[in-house]
Amino acid sequence: MSFPWAKPYEPQHPLMKWMDERLPIPRLVYNATGPGYPVPRNLNYFWNFGVLAGAALMIQIITGIVLAMHYAANAGVAFNSVEHIMRDVNAGWFLRYAHMNGASMFFIVVYLHIFRGLYYGSYKAPREMVWLLGVVIFLLMMATAFMGYVLPWGQMSFWGAQVITGFFSAIPVVGEPMRVWLLGGFVPDNSALNRFFSLHYLLPFVIAGVIILHIWALHIPGSSNPTGIEVKDEQDTVPFHPYYTAKDGFGLGVFLLAFVALTFFSPNLLGHPDNYIPANSLSTPAHIVPEWYFWPFYAILRAFTFNFLWIDAKLWGVIAMFASIALLFFLPWLDSSPVKSSNYRPLYRIFFWVLMADIALLAVCGMKPAEQPWVILSQLGAAYYFAHFLIILPIISRIERPLPMPNSITEAVLAKHADKPSETAA
Amino acid sequence: MVRPLGFLVGLGFITALVLAIFTTPLSNEPNAAYAFHKKARPLKLASDGILLPHWDKAQLQRGMQVYKEVCSACHSLNLVAFRNIADFGYTDGQIKTFAKGFQVPSINPDTGEPATRDGLPSDYFPAPYANEVAARAANNNALPPDLSLITKAREGGKNYVYSLLTGYQNPPANLPKELQPSTGLHYNPYFANLNLAMAKPLTDGQVTYADGTKSTVDQMAKDVSAFLVWTAEPKLIKRIQVGYAVFFFLLIFTVLTYLSYRNIWADKKH
Repeated sequence: MSFPWAKPYEPQHPLMKWMDERLPIPRLVYNATGPGYPVPRNLNYFWNFGVLAGAALMIQIITGIVLAMHYAANAGVAFNSVEHIMRDVNAGWFLRYAHMNGASMFFIVVYLHIFRGLYYGSYKAPREMVWLLGVVIFLLMMATAFMGYVLPWGQMSFWGAQVITGFFSAIPVVGEPMRVWLLGGFVPDNSALNRFFSLHYLLPFVIAGVIILHIWALHIPGSSNPTGIEVKDEQDTVPFHPYYTAKDGFGLGVFLLAFVALTFFSPNLLGHPDNYIPANSLSTPAHIVPEWYFWPFYAILRAFTFNFLWIDAKLWGVIAMFASIALLFFLPWLDSSPVKSSNYRPLYRIFFWVLMADIALLAVCGMKPAEQPWVILSQLGAAYYFAHFLIILPIISRIERPLPMPNSITEAVLAKHADKPSETAA
Repeated sequence: MVRPLGFLVGLGFITALVLAIFTTPLSNEPNAAYAFHKKARPLKLASDGILLPHWDKAQLQRGMQVYKEVCSACHSLNLVAFRNIADFGYTDGQIKTFAKGFQVPSINPDTGEPATRDGLPSDYFPAPYANEVAARAANNNALPPDLSLITKAREGGKNYVYSLLTGYQNPPANLPKELQPSTGLHYNPYFANLNLAMAKPLTDGQVTYADGTKSTVDQMAKDVSAFLVWTAEPKLIKRIQVGYAVFFFLLIFTVLTYLSYRNIWADKKH
C-alpha cells in the first residue's frame, strides 16, 4: 500500500520493461526506497538510525564472513586463530577490529533507533507490528552478539558463556539437565563453542529476514514523524528518493566517521582486558562483566537478591531480565494515549526522561562489581524500570491532557519557519 | 486485559526488589588489600596516542634484549615469530643469525625421536618450559603467563607492566599480617593481591646494551614494556596510519553528502 499520490514506476528502457514483466525487483526497490515511497517531509535526524542499523548489519555480515574464512571454531585453537587473524592475515587486524567494534556501533544505532521509537510513540497504531518485529530483531541481536563474544575464547568469553548459559539452571527441575544438553557438556567447551559459532553465523541472516518484515510492515502505513500526526495529503510528504536518500547518505557519512575513529584509533576502548587471556575453566576473573550493551540488563539480573514467594532470587533475576525486554512487546497496549509524540505529552515526557536516566544508572550498576552502593542502586533502578512501564505509563496515558496539536504536518512545518523568519528554508 | 495483568506483574517485581533492598546489607565486606594497592604509574612511549605515533626501534631492540636475557627464563612469547622483528629495522641476514641462536623443538629425521634444531626466521620464540606442569614445578606452583598479549590483557596495559617491574619494595610496616608475603611470594603494591610469585626480576646493570644506554632498572622496565606493547599488537602503528587515510577519505565523502543533502532540500521547508 502507499499513498495515492505516490509516483508510479514506469520503466523506460526496454530492458527494464522486460525485467519488470518477469521479475519486478526494480519496481520493488523504486516503491520501497525510491521516488515511489512518499515520506513525511518533517523527519529529523533521529529518523536516520533505521538505515544506519541496516548498514551496521551489512558491515557485520561482510566482515564476519571473511573472518569465518580464517577463524577456527575449536576450543584448542580458537584463541590463537583470532591472534593469527590479528597478526598474519592481510588486513586481518582491520577485519577483526571492525567486526568487534561494529557490534558496538550496531547497538549504539539500534539503541538510538529504539529511543526514537519510545520518544515519538512510533510503536502506536497503526505501527504496532513494526514495533513488535523490532523487538524480535533486538532479541536476535542480543543472542548473536553474545555468541559472537564467546568465539575468541578468551576469559570473558568463557565466563560470560558460563554465566549466560547458567540462566537455564535457574529453571527448577529441568533446568540443569537442559543446560548440559544445550552446551553438550558440564561447562562451555568445544561442543558449546561449535554450536555458538554455527548459530552466530546463522542468526544475522535471520535478523536480515526479520528486517525485511520490519520494513514491509512499516511501508503499509508509511513512516511516522516527529509530530506524530499522520500524513493527510501530498504536501505533507516528499519522495524517499532523492530527499531521504540524500539525508541518509549524510547520516551514513557521520556514522562511518565515528565507526572509523573507534576502530582505528581506540579499538579496545569498549572491550575488556581479560578477553586477551585465553579461556581457563580453573581461573575465574575477579569481576565477570558483559559487553556494555548488556549492562542495564545485567544490573536487573543481579538486583534480585531475595527469595520471594516460592521462587528463588536467581530465578527472579532471570525472569526479570527477560521480562524487562519482553514487556516491550506489550508497550503498544500499555500506553493507551492516542498522542504519539512526546512533544505534546507534558506529563509523559517527564517520566520518559526519568526512564532514560534510570537506564543510564542501571548501565553503570551493571558495569560495577556487585558491591554497595551499586547493589541498592540497581535494585532501585530496576524497580523504577518495571514501575515505569507497567504502572506509571498506563496511568499517565489515562490522566494526561496533551498539548494542542497542529492540524497537519505541513502546518507544523510552516509554523516552525514562521517562528524563526531569519532562518532560511533548508 | 494487558494493563491489569501488567500492573500485577509490575507489583510482583517491585515487591521482590523492595524486599531485596531491605534484606541486603548496606556495607561491603572490608577489603584490606584495597588500601595498599597502588594505581599503575603512567609510562610514555613513542607508540602512544594517535598523533604521529611510531616505533622507537632502538628501544624495541633493547626491550627484546631484556626479554631474551631476563624474562625468557620463565615467560614464553608464543605468538611472536623471529621474522616479526623485521619491524625493529633488522635485515634478513640479521634475523637469520638471531633465529639461529635459539634451539627450537624438532624431530630427529632418522629416528623420529624428539630433538632440537637451530631456529629459522619462520619459527616462533621457543617457550622456556615444555608444558604447564613443568612451568609450575619450576616456579613454586605459580604459572608464569605468556607475555605476547600481556599489555592488552591487563588493566592499565603498559603502565601496569612498567609499574610492576619497578614496584618491588619492602612491605609497609602497617601491613596486616594476613597480607604479608608468605614464603616464595614478593610484595608489590601494583599487583592485584599485593603478593606475587615472581621475584624482583631486574637489577641495575643486569644487561649490557649494545647502544651504550645505561641499563638501570627503570630503563630496562621501560624498554621491555615498549617491546611488550609491540608484541601485543605489531600492527598498532599501521592501524593508526591507515586510520588517518580512511578518516580523511570519509570526511570528504561526508562533506559532499552534506552539500548534496542541503542542495536537494534547498527548496523544501522541513
